Amino acid sequence: MITPQVEPRDIRQAPSSAPVSDVDPFSDAFFEDPHPIHEALREAGPVVYLAKWNVFAVARYAEVHAVLNDPATFCSSRGVGLSDFAKETPWRPPSLILEADPPAHTRTRAVLSRVLSPAVMKQIRDGFAAAADATVDEIVARGRIDGIADVAEAYPLSVFPDAVGLKAEGRENLLPYAGLVFNAFGPPNALRQSAIERSAPHQAYVQAQCQRESLRPGGFGACVHAHVDSGEITDAEAPLLVRSLLSAGLDTTVNGIGAALYCLARFPHEWERLRDDPGLARNAFEEAVRFESPVQTFFRTTTRPVELGGVAIGEGEKVLMFLGAANRDPRRWENPERYDITRRTSGHVGFGSGIHMCVGQLVARLEGEVLLSALARKARSITVSGPVKRRYNNTLRGLESLPLAIEGA
Amino acid sequence: MPQVIFVHPDGRQDAIEIAVGASVMQGATQHGIEEILAECGGNAMCATCHVYVDDEQIGRLVPMSENEDALLDGTAAERQPTSRLACQIEVTPALDGLLVRLPDRQT
Repeated sequence: MITPQVEPRDIRQAPSSAPVSDVDPFSDAFFEDPHPIHEALREAGPVVYLAKWNVFAVARYAEVHAVLNDPATFCSSRGVGLSDFAKETPWRPPSLILEADPPAHTRTRAVLSRVLSPAVMKQIRDGFAAAADATVDEIVARGRIDGIADVAEAYPLSVFPDAVGLKAEGRENLLPYAGLVFNAFGPPNALRQSAIERSAPHQAYVQAQCQRESLRPGGFGACVHAHVDSGEITDAEAPLLVRSLLSAGLDTTVNGIGAALYCLARFPHEWERLRDDPGLARNAFEEAVRFESPVQTFFRTTTRPVELGGVAIGEGEKVLMFLGAANRDPRRWENPERYDITRRTSGHVGFGSGIHMCVGQLVARLEGEVLLSALARKARSITVSGPVKRRYNNTLRGLESLPLAIEGA
Repeated sequence: MPQVIFVHPDGRQDAIEIAVGASVMQGATQHGIEEILAECGGNAMCATCHVYVDDEQIGRLVPMSENEDALLDGTAAERQPTSRLACQIEVTPALDGLLVRLPDRQT
């Protein structure tokens, strides 16, 4: 699978000294079990070349962290998927935050940071916790549930759209839209193409919800628009920044919570530790984000020739970062294959790192914490009770179905 | 290496040597100071590396940015005039002997 030297291939540009791999990280086989392939990529070298898509890739923690923290060299404005915006027309108007570089990024990022700040989290915390209690009461009463539809999707859907200030109608578009956004970062495979072909109604819905008049006063969306009044962003920019909330604010937490449930159901010892001390809920969620890495990959594009891990990379090259592989790199983590709810998780790259690190990370942690805390207090056991089915997406790692049996405390 | 003294909520003290150029947060997490969570890994986004700088020494620090100021409004433990985020304090030779108190909670 990994060849130690460059071999003659029909590739755009022979990489100088990077080992070449035939791995397709956007294939069903990879989605089913990425970990052995992650290990092979890490062991192959600090930088590898993926012949299937003609891109460089990094799978070790040190290089992933380095690329994330050098946005001047590894830029985002040419797209954070495979598509190079300098050569191809993006499938939608680019994001003003995700697909932007400083200085433009600095201004828009500051606005979303303030909308989703620690102080704002204090205000929404009680409401999010009450909703988590309600979700858990309901699943405990039912006993047999699907951890994905009934918890991982149901809980974020019960709090996040309201927090943004969306009206009730049309919310069924939110998850398909997010699935589309994350599939679209991938290569032009069937997942991406079919998602884009079916996207028109979801895109129309999201565009309409991003307008000021669609958003309830006091919600995150209205707070974004309020920054137009103070002159920090323009009328035209505000809807696109609200779009970022809708693109990245829901499916990510769905897969984060799904990851945590799957971990706790698989590792009963850790579940018992959580029951003994529900105060560990927040770290149990964080460790699940490290362990499963719901967002698996992002790309950057080089702005200049650069040497990385001893490999010369030219200007305008796509570099794929394997966040999930970095989060299990034994060079950085002790017993990386172990889900340990008391692990010191600081520094994991499940939310990224550097200037583009997930701007909604505090919302994600809040949702994860209050949900797992409710579960730890209200349930005695949580076990997998049927076949687990994986959901395929070019960027997001998660499940389609997680049958669970839950006993009340 | 400059030394930074961490005072735990129970009064225990740990004196830790931190390399010049590293942040007080990095030094704390590398040496297992458990009260410093640093959930965002030092990106000035989460306010979980909150410390109270010694009253007498707050003037030794470079003034905080607007962003740090806003983040401190969201700390779990009460904000005080000497509150800072440890990830935003870069260790310099001039900061040798800096004393910071750890809050009883970060989330």
